[in-house]
Amino acid sequence: MTRWRPPLALAAAWLALLALLALTVTLAYQPLGTFNAVVALGIGTVKAAIVAAVFMELRHRGPRTFLFAGAGLFWLGILLWLGMMDFLTRT
Amino acid sequence: MPEVFASQFVSIQHRDETAELGMWVFIATEVLLFGALILGYFVYRHAYPAGFAAASRHTEIVIGTANTAILLTSSFLVACAVEAFSGETRKLCVALLAGAILLGLAFIVLKGIEYSGEYREHLVPGINFSFDPADANGAQLFFVFYFVATAIHAMHMLVGIGLLAVLAMLTYRAPDSRHRAALHSTALYWHFVDVVWIFLFALIYLPGRSS
Repeated sequence: MTRWRPPLALAAAWLALLALLALTVTLAYQPLGTFNAVVALGIGTVKAAIVAAVFMELRHRGPRTFLFAGAGLFWLGILLWLGMMDFLTRT
Repeated sequence: MPEVFASQFVSIQHRDETAELGMWVFIATEVLLFGALILGYFVYRHAYPAGFAAASRHTEIVIGTANTAILLTSSFLVACAVEAFSGETRKLCVALLAGAILLGLAFIVLKGIEYSGEYREHLVPGINFSFDPADANGAQLFFVFYFVATAIHAMHMLVGIGLLAVLAMLTYRAPDSRHRAALHSTALYWHFVDVVWIFLFALIYLPGRSS
């Protein structure tokens, strides 16, 4: 068998994801008030973007795949935006 | 060996790209399935912030963190298996898939241990629930979300484990370009299930830890 090594980008993405996991758990224990939720979801979004770009190979894809992948996010945005509007804008 | 493809395609590449886009369409429907659950979570968290924080502190953050690391690593192995899919490194590809399957099973086992702990601590709404009365309503809603969301996620894991097992078997025998496309689509699905868990982890285990 020829010697095979994992591509650098995959290994770097994996290590970055584990580092972000350690960071988000550490920050969850710091008293940041409402920013705790922002930090948790922000780091989650960065992790999801790394998985989508590197593991799901979106960084090698063109506009057509972006359109298909983005469609889900677009409808999710409408769902969350209209669903949460009342709670976010009224006191 | 000449490759065959159905008459609606002009080439193998056309066939494989169509399969990939089809998987992205399926993932979009899955985003909305979990999106609706998460919308419900946000609405009730907004209504019962203290109850949600108190309930979140009762979840097993050690198991949750370990399971996140396990799932991220299994995604890494599957991404490597896609890269290693070729005649020369076929056995390595199968080994990587086997590793990902074992990590997936470890996730399910840890989830089971977590569920049984929550049953013992009276945290299962409708069956066995008791909580500090001040936060009981919100906590009960939190645990309804917790069990529904994690059970649906675990079902997706079981489907993914089955798909990976079939592909490991096919790759072990005599892989061709159709199997490469199938492995690629399955990998997309597996990574998506990983992304769902990343958000479930942030919503279930992390809130309320600092107070």
